[in-house]
Amino acid sequence: MSNEAVLHAPAGLVHEEHHGHHHHHESFITKYIFSQDHKMISKQFLFTGIVWAILGGLMSVLFRLQLGYPNETFPILEDLLGKWAKGGKIQPEFYYALVTMHGTVLVFFVLTAGLSGTFSNLLIPLQCGARDMASPFLNMLSYWFFFAASIVMISSFFIETGAASGGWTSYPPLSAIGDFSEGSKAGMDCWLISMALFIVSSLLGGLNYIATILNMRTKGLSMTKLPLTIWAFFFTAVLGVLSFPVLLSGAILLLFDRHLGTSFYLSDVFVSKTQTALPNEGGSAILYQHLFWFLGHPEVYIILLPAMGMASEIISTNSRKPIFGYMAMVGSLFAICILAFLVWAHHMFVTGLNPFLGAAFVLLTLLIAVPSAIKVFNWLTTLWKGNIRFTPAMLFAIGFVSLFISGGLTGIYLGNSALDYQLHDTYFVVAHFHIVMGVASMFGMFAGIYHWYPKMYGRYLNNTLGYIHFWVTICGAYLIFWPMHYQGLAGAPRRYYDISNWHFLKGFDGLNQFISTVALIVFATQILFVFNYFFSMFRGRKLKNPNPWGSNTLEWTTPINPGHGNWPGEIPEVHRWAYDYSKDGREYIPQTEPIGAGESGHH
Amino acid sequence: MAQTAVPQEYKWWSGGKSPFNVSYGKLMMWYFLMSDTFTFGAFLISYGTIRFSQEYWPNPNHVFNSFPFAGHEANLPLAFVSLMTFILIISSVTMVLAVHAGHNMDKKGVQKYMLWTILGGLAFLSCQAWEWTHLLTGAHKVLIDGQIHELNTTVSHNPWGPQVMHNGELVGTPGPVAFGGYFFGITGFHGFHVFSGVVINIIMYIMTTRNVFHNRGHYEMIEKAGLYWHFVDLVWVFVFLCFYLI
Repeated sequence: MSNEAVLHAPAGLVHEEHHGHHHHHESFITKYIFSQDHKMISKQFLFTGIVWAILGGLMSVLFRLQLGYPNETFPILEDLLGKWAKGGKIQPEFYYALVTMHGTVLVFFVLTAGLSGTFSNLLIPLQCGARDMASPFLNMLSYWFFFAASIVMISSFFIETGAASGGWTSYPPLSAIGDFSEGSKAGMDCWLISMALFIVSSLLGGLNYIATILNMRTKGLSMTKLPLTIWAFFFTAVLGVLSFPVLLSGAILLLFDRHLGTSFYLSDVFVSKTQTALPNEGGSAILYQHLFWFLGHPEVYIILLPAMGMASEIISTNSRKPIFGYMAMVGSLFAICILAFLVWAHHMFVTGLNPFLGAAFVLLTLLIAVPSAIKVFNWLTTLWKGNIRFTPAMLFAIGFVSLFISGGLTGIYLGNSALDYQLHDTYFVVAHFHIVMGVASMFGMFAGIYHWYPKMYGRYLNNTLGYIHFWVTICGAYLIFWPMHYQGLAGAPRRYYDISNWHFLKGFDGLNQFISTVALIVFATQILFVFNYFFSMFRGRKLKNPNPWGSNTLEWTTPINPGHGNWPGEIPEVHRWAYDYSKDGREYIPQTEPIGAGESGHH
Repeated sequence: MAQTAVPQEYKWWSGGKSPFNVSYGKLMMWYFLMSDTFTFGAFLISYGTIRFSQEYWPNPNHVFNSFPFAGHEANLPLAFVSLMTFILIISSVTMVLAVHAGHNMDKKGVQKYMLWTILGGLAFLSCQAWEWTHLLTGAHKVLIDGQIHELNTTVSHNPWGPQVMHNGELVGTPGPVAFGGYFFGITGFHGFHVFSGVVINIIMYIMTTRNVFHNRGHYEMIEKAGLYWHFVDLVWVFVFLCFYLI
């Protein structure tokens, strides 16, 4: 009874108040800062994500400078960075802090918060036909927890002992004991606190995404009529809600080990710097790895799935063809989501994991190739004989598919434990995950930005700059990471400050310089994109047609600059799936159009 | 709790309504609890992993055998923790009654039972405070390198190792330090949940008193707080099982 009272609350409550009029007075603060409008929150996520992407990219430029030119000095670095680049040379402690922060920032702040924070927020209410998120207030909190996490993380660079430097995985005992390195002192605490805040943010966001997708779809929009973007965001949110809490547990135990003298991860540790044996006993450093990778592996799919969903949508729209194998796409997203939880130990083959257990993880890992291949073939068959429009968004979506194939194939190598003994912690791994997860997801994000920019700002991004951005970035990505496979096969270890000290790696000096140069060019091109983004906000070509790409989905049925509440009148009703392109002699049929007489709907 | 009659082949998933016939808030609470289950699950599985990698683990009947005001000699294994568990379960019962009163729009009833639930939570926390203090301050004779030392139970010391004869007296030896770390870590994390539950319940009580729910026409917030409270209770059952019974 109470349930009914809540579900059928008297009119005038909650979401109904937005009906029709959008003239409720908003101050600058409620509109732009503490906004509860999902569209503004998505822009806030994107802005913060862009700032982090620039910082994270700059970090990689700095450490690539060291890797490419280990014997050179750059006096300007000392002017800019002070003691971290004494004599114009990146110091080892700083190098490790850069590598650690580059990973953390790109994985969590850019490709998790910046990607799913932006597009889940923007598209879930718009494509589901909802006035806003289920709980706009928690949604706002989600952003501000992310902002707090950002502040804590960025402040760690200004601590005297520097930012965390134990790698983005922060394995103990290195991360647990301050005497082990400068970065394991206060910087590590900042890292852990920042991650805890970030986990809260991602939890609040994820709960909202799930509740909105399940509960707030508009009339007629059954789950199987949802665009694939929404399915992807849904599984992303499920992954986040179920895997991040495990990292929280791991981080809390690590904090206790650092400050309360517990022995969760520590046992029989001798600190050579102070010549003392620590009293901790009975703990297990491997335990941390299990807890970390139980998040860490689903995390790569948290990063990848939104890119997959947006690529599906953009490829179908711009091929003017229905997506090939819709249910197979949903099914493979689901399969990936389940398998993502069952493969974490493939990051731990060389920790002394029982080889028989390892074999089980090899099997489960290789199983992911099945849904991944299904998705790839479906994208290719969607493109096949399509009437393709090569918009910048489309190019980035196709680039995503290309990178996903290239990086995915090397995953099959790494997923074999026997091969992993050789390849573990080499540049082969660096190449693999940068292509398949890092750059591919960045491409998904770029595709999304180019495609939905008109929805965000009512203007287009500049196409020419977009094409330059795409071609330089795709060529650059392959030029940077393809050679790393060879370095890795030759045994070049990742994370090393200077690999030129080893005779057998001497031949790579020139290659390393080449990679560093390309990295610099690609970074500069991203700055061009950022310029395009902000320039087009104010000067971009204005949108005349509310549905610029001829899309079927609901977000294009809103006005060009939708107010809070999205639709001025009633929310449209949905009658068909999202992919009726080139059907019955028509280029596209929006989801809101009823199934005509004699027409059969998609099943 | 009569549900409205639902016609056959009613399309729950076709959009425009909640497929589970619940509000988004309850749905979010359920998913949050699932997420929190994983947090506790990670803690308890870590605990299990480490515990079973040790050669020896203290016997809970031996460690938890005291009772407030019963004196040092009393040997009442698990009596106190049983009382704590009983208090927490009773507070869940009063929570159910509060939710029920809410369904009947009975403000007085909600207030009464919320108050009992808050008291139950506070009583549980007080018991936990006593138990922690008892462990942290209670010194026990332990044989280390042929010498008798007095050790408390902390995250870095454990006096509950195997007992040995020393000069005709039965004394302990140092036990695995992981015991204290996990015990205080996990019961502390659970205690933190109880504490936040009590805070939430107090807020619910104040909102009830100020007629917020009455004016809203339903007491669903009480139900959501109840979900959380029952979850905290359920987690305790597992913590109880893992630390005191096994």
